[in-house]
Amino acid sequence: MRILSRVPNIDFMRLRVPAVGLSALLTVLAVLLIAFRGLSLGIDFTGGVLVEVSYPQSAPLEEVREALARADFEGASVQYFGTSQDVLIRLPPTADNDSAAISTAVLDALGTMEPAPELRRVEFVGSAVGDELAVDGGLAALFAIIGILIYVAFRFEWKFALGAIVATVHDALFVLGWFALLGIEFDLPTLAAVLAVIGYSLNDTIVIYDRIRENFLDLRKASPSEVINVSVNQTLARTIVTGGTTLFVLVALFYLAGSAVHNFAIALIVGVLVGTYSSIFVGSAMVLWLGVTREDLLPPAETEVDDMP
Amino acid sequence: MKPFPLWKYLVLAASVVVGMLFAAPNLFGDDPSVQISTAAGELPPPTFGEQVGKVLGSAGIEPLSNGPEEGRWIVRLDDETAQLAAADALRRDLGRDYVVALNLAPKTPQWLRDLGAQPMNLGLDLRGGVHFLLEVDVDDVRTRAVERIVDEVPALLRKEGIRYSGRRQAGDAGVLEFADAERLEAARRAIAGEFPEYSLEVPPQAPLTLQIRLSEEEAKRIVDFAVQQNLTTLRNRVNQLGVAEPLVQRQGADRIVVQLPGVQDTTRVKDLLGATATLEYRAVAEDDPYTAASSGIVPVGTQLFYTRDGNRPVLLKREVIAGGVNLIDAAATVDENGGPAVSVTLDGVGAKRMFAFTEKNVGKPMAVLFKEREVITNYNAKGEPIREQRQIEEVISVASVRGVFGKRFQTTGLTSKEAHDLALLLKAGALAAPVVIVEERTIGPSMGADNIERGQLAALIGFLAVVVFMAVYYRLFGLVANAALLLNLILLVAAMSLIQATLTMPGIAGIVLTLGMAVDANVLIYERIREELARGSAPLAAVDAGYDRAFLTIADSQITTLIAAVVLFALGSGPVKGFAVTLTIGIATSMFTAIIGTRAIIHLIYRGKSRLRDLPV
Repeated sequence: MRILSRVPNIDFMRLRVPAVGLSALLTVLAVLLIAFRGLSLGIDFTGGVLVEVSYPQSAPLEEVREALARADFEGASVQYFGTSQDVLIRLPPTADNDSAAISTAVLDALGTMEPAPELRRVEFVGSAVGDELAVDGGLAALFAIIGILIYVAFRFEWKFALGAIVATVHDALFVLGWFALLGIEFDLPTLAAVLAVIGYSLNDTIVIYDRIRENFLDLRKASPSEVINVSVNQTLARTIVTGGTTLFVLVALFYLAGSAVHNFAIALIVGVLVGTYSSIFVGSAMVLWLGVTREDLLPPAETEVDDMP
Repeated sequence: MKPFPLWKYLVLAASVVVGMLFAAPNLFGDDPSVQISTAAGELPPPTFGEQVGKVLGSAGIEPLSNGPEEGRWIVRLDDETAQLAAADALRRDLGRDYVVALNLAPKTPQWLRDLGAQPMNLGLDLRGGVHFLLEVDVDDVRTRAVERIVDEVPALLRKEGIRYSGRRQAGDAGVLEFADAERLEAARRAIAGEFPEYSLEVPPQAPLTLQIRLSEEEAKRIVDFAVQQNLTTLRNRVNQLGVAEPLVQRQGADRIVVQLPGVQDTTRVKDLLGATATLEYRAVAEDDPYTAASSGIVPVGTQLFYTRDGNRPVLLKREVIAGGVNLIDAAATVDENGGPAVSVTLDGVGAKRMFAFTEKNVGKPMAVLFKEREVITNYNAKGEPIREQRQIEEVISVASVRGVFGKRFQTTGLTSKEAHDLALLLKAGALAAPVVIVEERTIGPSMGADNIERGQLAALIGFLAVVVFMAVYYRLFGLVANAALLLNLILLVAAMSLIQATLTMPGIAGIVLTLGMAVDANVLIYERIREELARGSAPLAAVDAGYDRAFLTIADSQITTLIAAVVLFALGSGPVKGFAVTLTIGIATSMFTAIIGTRAIIHLIYRGKSRLRDLPV
């Protein structure tokens, strides 16, 4: 079976102006969304208390709120989580250092209800720890990008490294913007997913770059634009198939693996889609824009040995 | 087709065998079991089996096995009901000398265990339990150290006859004021001689004042000691909890991680972690303790205690010479005669009182009293747990005062083991500094079970979707890729079991994601083969060209992903680390199976069929 009956001949590079324009627009939008609307950070990063409980029947949210109000919990948010039997309670971080006691108090307050709920999980993160996790996460992304930049510059050439990084940052920002737009909670596993997106998107871009390098050396008469077009077309089937199998498992995770990795799956699904797009349009267009030539990719000249006796 | 070297077949066959062996323990499941250790956290003696057998026999429980397994005493049982009943009976009858914990003992056959094959560790999010991150209050440690400066230095100067005109505490420094420069200089010399760990400074704007600080190394050492001491204390306390596989670990400069699988009652754990224990040095009263113990009449000004060893009565004076708050350091050492001893360091206040006491009481006995307030769980006649707070007060040592001492001294008259244990107890008894819980994660058992079940389902469905697609899309070659994918899964599980990595929910997600991306290498190779065929290459030449030309691409693209995974591992924490581990291992195994594995199979299929017209790719 084949998705494409033969190697297609789509002039991707002709589309690069509108495509890159669209990407630039989306990136700016994403940055604005992240800056002004902000990410809905989970307690991993903000600190606070989160309690998930499960009731034998449909949970009475009003009664839960009342029980919490009786115990003097201000600013508690109470909502269904997944099903109407599961309830998620969030409390903001407090200045009081001993807020670990809060989780105990919340459970005691809910224990007075009839029927008493079953504890699913409690998470408490001190605000200082939350800040640290956020900083560490940012650092992880930064170091990953720097490490990859060095590798690609070493294996290819700086124009490719720059193109790959632009495509990757574009994808990461898009995913973050998506989370900001829809207000999906951003927690530690989601951060891991964004880093996995960085890995996936690069993988995709590198495969195309590899072909571009090969074709520059093989197709001596073709213009850079033609070479890049041919390369993208030749790898198109692979790009679609790998993206497809990855999406299969991600959709399985999204629907079947439950709440713990829900946001993780969303980040990766969005990331794989935009990563596939960006490796074709952004990554490849960037190297064309940066003026890549055949000479850039020739193996470094051997040291002259002629004058040896 | 190019010849495929024999050694590659051998490596592949070996990896299949080894992979299956080490992945296998994950298939056998667990026996509900009860794990028993002594109160000191040691393995009970071999004769212990009889005692356990008797207890279980009288409760009408027949264990599947009863004996030591890998350094732990494990009693395996038929089902959860028997497990709970056995644990209750053992807790009731063995008493406080033993710690009884519920556990799941893997059913790995002995011959696999002999090879060192073990199932993966499950993270707390998969089996339920609590995770605490505790922060040691470092400021408190430093403040107390500075308080000691303000306390000790003036005492020294008074002893040396150097007069100062004022003393105060300013931030992290103790400040002394002098009437003239000579006194200041004399004081400086005296302090430097007695307390080399302090750094002294005369601020230029106030030439007659002396600022005394802890030197940088000393401050670091004190904080480090406090954290280390808290770690030991917490570990001892956690051991008393009856948790099968507790983890108490230092994290960074001032944090301690406590993980307790299977524990649900966080209130009880918090009580225990925060429990206060103290240590007191007291004079032994001259009255007869046995009379007091039998008559119940305790002489005025004394209190009756019992020794930890042998439960002998001891009468102690009420007055405390030095307590746990005065203790700075303790270590097992040898005395001047080469005998075992414990060297103890007290702070200024404690040292002063100890000096005054020993000066008048050479040759008389002094006792060390251990006090701890903890919440313990007892069992009533029906086997129901009853929680109560209880104060433990035990005399851990009685020894004669041999000479006058103060700040640093030795307690002798002990065996080597006793000296070591005492030093440990002195250190482990009290928390050196307050701890604050800065992170808590509790996962209920139903949540853990759900997570495993859902994770497995998602992995299975994801795997099947990829397998079906590959078979349809690449026909026979797709099936070959699927065999490689299955081997990849086996190797991934085997590698994680081998390094005893902890499987978490994000880790499962990582495995599933790896399965989706692992076929990429084969997709690259097969698409190349198709291109070569379309270009008119002979089928088998196309296979060779496909593998060769795709190799660099695969390497380049996978290494970039690997960089991201390694960074994630280095900077991530907890569950994120689990994800990074699976991703990293997955990249390595998928490259191996997709490149070497599939090529070997394809060679086996097409060897000698050089006149092939077409390929099922």
